[in-house]
Amino acid sequence: MNQTPSQPAFHVEGLTKVYDMGEVQVRALRGVDLDLYEGEYVVLLGPSGSGKSTLVNILGGLDSPTEGHVWFRGRDLTLVTDRDLTLYRRNHVGFVFQFYNLIPSLTARENVALVTEISPNPLTPEEALALVGLAERVDHFPAQMSGGEQQRVAIARAVAKRPDVLLCDEPTGALDITTGVVVLEALERVNRELGTLTVVITHNAAIRHLADRVVYFADGRINRVDRNETRMTPRQVSW
Amino acid sequence: MAVLDHKLLRNLRSMATQLIAIGLVMGAGIATFVMSAGLIDSLGQTRHLYYQEYRFGDVFVSLKRAPEALKRQLEDIPGVQRVETRVTAGATLDVPGMREPASARITSLPEGGQPQLNRLHLRAGRLVEPYREDEVVIGDAFAEAQHLGPGDHVSALISGHRRTLDIVGVAISPEFTYALPPGALFPDNKRFAVMWMGRDALEAAHDMDGAFNDAVLSLMPGASKPDVIAAVDALTRSYGGQGAYGREDHISDMFLSSELQQLTVMAIVLPAIFLSVASFLLHTVMSRLISLDREEIGTLKALGLTDREVGWHYAKFAASIALLAIVTGIGAGIWFGRGMASMYARFYRFPELQYTLEPWVLAVSVGLSFGIAFLGALRAIRQVMRLRPAQAMRPEQPAVYRPLFLERLGLGHLLSPAARMVLRHLERRWRRSTLTCLGIATALGTLIASSFSLDTINFMLDVQFNRSGREDVAVTLNEPQSAAALDDIGHMPGVMRVEPFRSVPVKLRLRNRDRRLALLGIRPDGDMHRTLDRRQRPVSLPMDGLVLSDMLARLLDAQLGDLVTVEALEGRRPVRQVRVTGIVEQYVGTAAYMDIDALDRLMLEGPTVSGAWLKVDGGQAGRFYDAVKQTPAIAGLSIRAAAIQGFNDTVGQNLIQMTLTNIAFASIIAFGVVYNSARISVSERGRELASMRVLGFTRGEISAILLGELAILVLLALPLGMAIGYGVARMVVKSLQTELFKLPLVIQPSTYAWTALVVVAAAALSALVVRRRLDRLDLVAVLKTRE
Repeated sequence: MNQTPSQPAFHVEGLTKVYDMGEVQVRALRGVDLDLYEGEYVVLLGPSGSGKSTLVNILGGLDSPTEGHVWFRGRDLTLVTDRDLTLYRRNHVGFVFQFYNLIPSLTARENVALVTEISPNPLTPEEALALVGLAERVDHFPAQMSGGEQQRVAIARAVAKRPDVLLCDEPTGALDITTGVVVLEALERVNRELGTLTVVITHNAAIRHLADRVVYFADGRINRVDRNETRMTPRQVSW
Repeated sequence: MAVLDHKLLRNLRSMATQLIAIGLVMGAGIATFVMSAGLIDSLGQTRHLYYQEYRFGDVFVSLKRAPEALKRQLEDIPGVQRVETRVTAGATLDVPGMREPASARITSLPEGGQPQLNRLHLRAGRLVEPYREDEVVIGDAFAEAQHLGPGDHVSALISGHRRTLDIVGVAISPEFTYALPPGALFPDNKRFAVMWMGRDALEAAHDMDGAFNDAVLSLMPGASKPDVIAAVDALTRSYGGQGAYGREDHISDMFLSSELQQLTVMAIVLPAIFLSVASFLLHTVMSRLISLDREEIGTLKALGLTDREVGWHYAKFAASIALLAIVTGIGAGIWFGRGMASMYARFYRFPELQYTLEPWVLAVSVGLSFGIAFLGALRAIRQVMRLRPAQAMRPEQPAVYRPLFLERLGLGHLLSPAARMVLRHLERRWRRSTLTCLGIATALGTLIASSFSLDTINFMLDVQFNRSGREDVAVTLNEPQSAAALDDIGHMPGVMRVEPFRSVPVKLRLRNRDRRLALLGIRPDGDMHRTLDRRQRPVSLPMDGLVLSDMLARLLDAQLGDLVTVEALEGRRPVRQVRVTGIVEQYVGTAAYMDIDALDRLMLEGPTVSGAWLKVDGGQAGRFYDAVKQTPAIAGLSIRAAAIQGFNDTVGQNLIQMTLTNIAFASIIAFGVVYNSARISVSERGRELASMRVLGFTRGEISAILLGELAILVLLALPLGMAIGYGVARMVVKSLQTELFKLPLVIQPSTYAWTALVVVAAAALSALVVRRRLDRLDLVAVLKTRE
């Protein structure tokens, strides 16, 4: 899976985000231009507050920029209504968060089913959970699972709708290394088998070896973009 | 600690609406307490002082006619302090501007001054000057209703003599604190007057020279009232004594006592309901606050604050709510109390009835508020104090859920994941769900229990005025007369039908119990005044024997077939054993009935009547009234339509006012409980719901999950609340039962419906407020934080 994707799924132009915090203004993004392609695996690297999460939130339709535009498959996300953004998230985007954000009152299967029921062309919950290696744990509640397992349920929930883009914000941030590797393997497998554009935010520099491209952030701007000639598997990386 | 207080203030501000809701529920409890406890004090105190200052008698007796010399004998009864003899008479008044006649009860005043007992409190003008024949003092209720005062005149028919009376004063007296027209259920200030005249003038008018027909006695401290009553009865028997009775059986005082009894129930039941709900609400809020503040609590302790200091910090949180309740509750209580006091002042005539707030009421209110607040916060505060710093700084374990009961039965596939979320959450938090449901049910129950009185009163009115008493007009004669008197009445203009009745004052005795009352003789086939069974179906009177109202049967402990001793207190005063042949349902007062012919035989008299019930042609009512005003034999009349209107103008309006107040109170509970529950859900599950929004769920979809939970609780609460309402109403009816009233428990389906609607509306309103909060969920922030 090392070919260069040709189709840009996202086209980002002059993206600026200013948070108005009363007396001070925080400039989270200061004019970002970026193209993301179908099927590629992109890692966003950078220190805290460098603007990675703000960009991903805007890509995912959770936030809107102060200036600039984001086109998803030719459609300008900055011009649509709130309801359209909800539908956009529902039909195209999968999210994975640092703290999993599972629904504690639903089992693993049901957490996934929650999403498959509102998606047009989903995997079955069982398929999605098998994809992340949790076929045996489908009927467990979040409280009965380890952190790594919970995060894999979150990944299964994110991919079950066959999203066009999978956005992961510090997916291994709350996990130890061994568990983190299992979670990264699950992400890698989804990207490989379903061909989903995968964007991973991290400040763990070792993860950059897993990506097709690595985008370096600093102070609200993109510093540079590296391309890996070969992608490593999570087990090949020395942590 | 000042810094911690800043934190307290910020916490309070951020939860303001929720805290206000709880404070209002608690405040409603305090308000009802302050109002009713203050009124009990005011009414009780005022009554006590009034009775004392104006020397309300201890024992009362009416008789036919006794020489003034009997007064000495009455005074010589051991234990008697003072005796006031007087002449009383009924009169018919012709009031300018009113078509129908009014009736009056005239009591004599000693020449040249105040009586020894039952003294008058002058509101305006003066007392009657000695030996002025035409001067009267009138009661203030009538004066107010008819806009009469000193200098005005009123035309009266007293014992057959037409007189023009000069009003010289307006007054009240303790014996007429609550003044009912004879035989009426409710006051009718427009058509019933209390009057006082000089003794000489009234003696002359009523043919009572050197005699009296009414006496009031006061007792020495420690005197035995029953002994005095027995002695008075013995002395007055041969003068047509109708049986002496104590102050507690005086109709005016009975109504006051029954009002105080109702207030006492109100002072206990309503605050108890409101305060328990408030305590529960506070408990849930505090528990939530503490689970949110876990890490802060750990930090504070790690920084060296003691358990006690941190616990105290949270106790202050509860105390602030109590403070809010105290301020609003006492304020509202005083306001309602004043309103009620001025309403009471319309019914109960005191020199001055003011709502007063005794220090003990304030002290109890403050104590109750803080007590209830701390009770609600106790568990949470204990948790705060027990929390170890290290333990507190670790996040709480994720919530543990399990499959639903329904799913364990294998029916899980029927439910969508969203439905499962709702149901599992309810089941996991079953204790709180139950209490929330109970809280909403309580709101509904309170509303029903405080609104059913309208149904009950309407039902009683229907029974009283449509099923039982169906006459247009009841006329009472001055004296029992031969049945021939009916012919004259029948020939009055507009009279279409006449049905006679005979009323005899009697004492009924069974074993060691006795009651004094008027035994009513009616026609067994009569249509205008019917006796009813439990289902309000007319029961025709048996030819022989005595029919008792159920309350009277209970008071005498009488069963069907018992032989009751009937001692007539007028005429030849026969004493007979009569068998109880029927017991009938009656809601107001106590009554005993006999076939009118059987009663005549019992009295050893020929056909005799005391009055009649009439059907009067509405078109000729004016001419009929004019004729009544000219008929000396008629002592009084009561008009059904006027009685109904009188009721609606007074009691009815007050009931509506009370019901509106209760709706407000119950809505406060409903809103408080639902709002609080929804807010806690938002706080606990905001993260979950925000996650769902991120996953692509719309605002409507996540609202449905949260509000669905509330909807289930509200739906479950409705039947429960109806059951609670029914139960409490039953209790209220039981506890308000007095000799004067037996309230039937009547709750119309429409009452269930509209009260449920009020609760649903309050719930919907709070849901709406919470829904706005859901719309503002910060999706990004929730993903960045861990619970």
